Amino acid sequence: MTAPPTARAAAGSSRATPDGAAPGGASPRRRGLRSPRTRARALELAFLAPAALYLLLFFAYPVAKNVVMGFQEYTTRTFFTGEAPWVGLDNYAAVLGSSLFDRALLNTVLFTGGSILGQFVLGLAIAVFFQRRFPLSGLLRSLLLLPWLVPLIVTSAVWRWMLDQDNGVINRAIGLLPLVDARPGWLTSTSLALLAVVLVNIWIGIPFNTTILYGGLQEIPGELYEAGALDGATGWRAFRHITWPLLRPVVTVVLVLGVVYTLKVLDIILGLTGGGPANATQTLSTQSYELSFRQFDFGQGAALGNVLIVISLVFAAVYLRANRRAVDE
Amino acid sequence: MTETTGRAAPTTSPQPPAAPAVTAPRSARRSRPVGEHGWGSTAVGVAIIAVMLFPLYWMLNVSLQRSSGAVATPVLPFDLSFDGYATALREQSGNLLTSLVVAVGAVVLSLLVATPAAYALAQLRIRWAGGVLLAVLVSQMVPGIVIANALYSAYSDLGLLNSVAGLVLADAGLGIPFGILIMRAFMSAIPTSVVEAARVDGAGQVRAFVSVVLPMSRNALITAGLFTFLFAWGDFLFALTLTTTGEVRPVTLGIYTYIGTFVNDWSAVMATAVLASLPALLLLVVAQRYVSAGVTGGAVK
Repeated sequence: MTAPPTARAAAGSSRATPDGAAPGGASPRRRGLRSPRTRARALELAFLAPAALYLLLFFAYPVAKNVVMGFQEYTTRTFFTGEAPWVGLDNYAAVLGSSLFDRALLNTVLFTGGSILGQFVLGLAIAVFFQRRFPLSGLLRSLLLLPWLVPLIVTSAVWRWMLDQDNGVINRAIGLLPLVDARPGWLTSTSLALLAVVLVNIWIGIPFNTTILYGGLQEIPGELYEAGALDGATGWRAFRHITWPLLRPVVTVVLVLGVVYTLKVLDIILGLTGGGPANATQTLSTQSYELSFRQFDFGQGAALGNVLIVISLVFAAVYLRANRRAVDE
Repeated sequence: MTETTGRAAPTTSPQPPAAPAVTAPRSARRSRPVGEHGWGSTAVGVAIIAVMLFPLYWMLNVSLQRSSGAVATPVLPFDLSFDGYATALREQSGNLLTSLVVAVGAVVLSLLVATPAAYALAQLRIRWAGGVLLAVLVSQMVPGIVIANALYSAYSDLGLLNSVAGLVLADAGLGIPFGILIMRAFMSAIPTSVVEAARVDGAGQVRAFVSVVLPMSRNALITAGLFTFLFAWGDFLFALTLTTTGEVRPVTLGIYTYIGTFVNDWSAVMATAVLASLPALLLLVVAQRYVSAGVTGGAVK
């Protein structure tokens, strides 16, 4: 759905650019009709053209290509012979009919829901805490950003070692607890792996949630709290009746963005578990990767990717509504 | 943007569009009636940050210990050793260099593309501006794997697989939407009269952009550049899918290859992880205000 506006912008500017680049080429009469306003317009569009082209090539084209690939038998052979026979809905039938699909869909929902819930609740709690003014709070807040800035694959590597069943620091800490004699196989047990992956993703998402929510909290006028305090609204009541209602727009944006981004997550799961054990952490994203780049069935990988896009689009409606004001601004 | 490919990852690389909504009147600041909280709160804050940063401490700790097979690591690096770094540099320095080249290339390309677009969207009255902006926002929802899936076959035809240029092109795509959003927010705040004054003085549209708007937007350019660097440097998905041989291999893929097999030298893996985290740490120390500005997106106004 990115295509129409960008396509028009690109087409318009490519038509227009030569016009602007060739001053004096037009006859005086035509110039009277078309320039300099037309030339100025052409130049304005030229500012936009590279970005429009980029969006077209690196976002619109991949989406269109995936839609097409979803109807094709697109395998390694295609790269040699150039042939990608049409197979109608076979790819979708194979992908949606596979027993793995239900699993991956459920995992995607649990992964996204669990991550967002955890990130948001903890992120908000930390943001509210940092509303207090105390020494070093600015320094601490900026340090909090660090987990979010390091490459995700680094995060995966670190947590993989921390969650190691026999020698990981997490299990060693658990071992220190009295009366506990367990060494959970965080990443190797089919019942725990998804939980472990969600916990790591929560850790990654807290800084983002905290930072955006903190920004939103700072915009709430202090006088409201003063007035509320006079009416006896302090602590939890102040949060419930002053903070929360006023924070709602920011909350909506954070949650919807969080969902859209978490649906696409691939790095963390590939790095931590690779989708295993026994597909316990396989999501639509990782499964799509698996189909395309491990089994080299690009048609099926594309079909699953398209399912993922449709799910994102459902959220997009909410997302764009939340952002409409920002766009129109 | 792909996860974040970034982050999304945050991937995720979340953030930009959130910003404008957060950007309400700033006058409200500093009038918070919160009573003076003292060092007690600081202690709680330090505890929160300590928990949050523990994994990063652990990374540093493990990286500084003698490679001990798969044995449990002591809590402090009493037995200080730089063997891990020696191994990491021996095996990964080429990959680190590749990452650096790709990231710098992506920054340059994405700024070249995004800056004029941001200016056009912020200052010129263009009919399709709303449409383009919408496209930028929607592009954030396209899953990275979908982009990789299509780019793989396109790159295969164009001979761009296993090339620095191919990665630069793909990674620049991570930074361009973000750059447009953040720089547009900033440039919108430049009074139209400033640009018009330049025009009246005889500067053309391009001159006005280059010699008036660009210098004024320095901070936004730095922020956009820094984040594109982080996105490209941390990119894993494109590195994984758009390279098939060891020829061109960013350090993220180097780490993935390490942990993809049984690891018997975690200190080397963690040393590589520390080296791969250095840009993030460096930016936070050197350019903290730009980083905060970037996270809160349009709040740069």
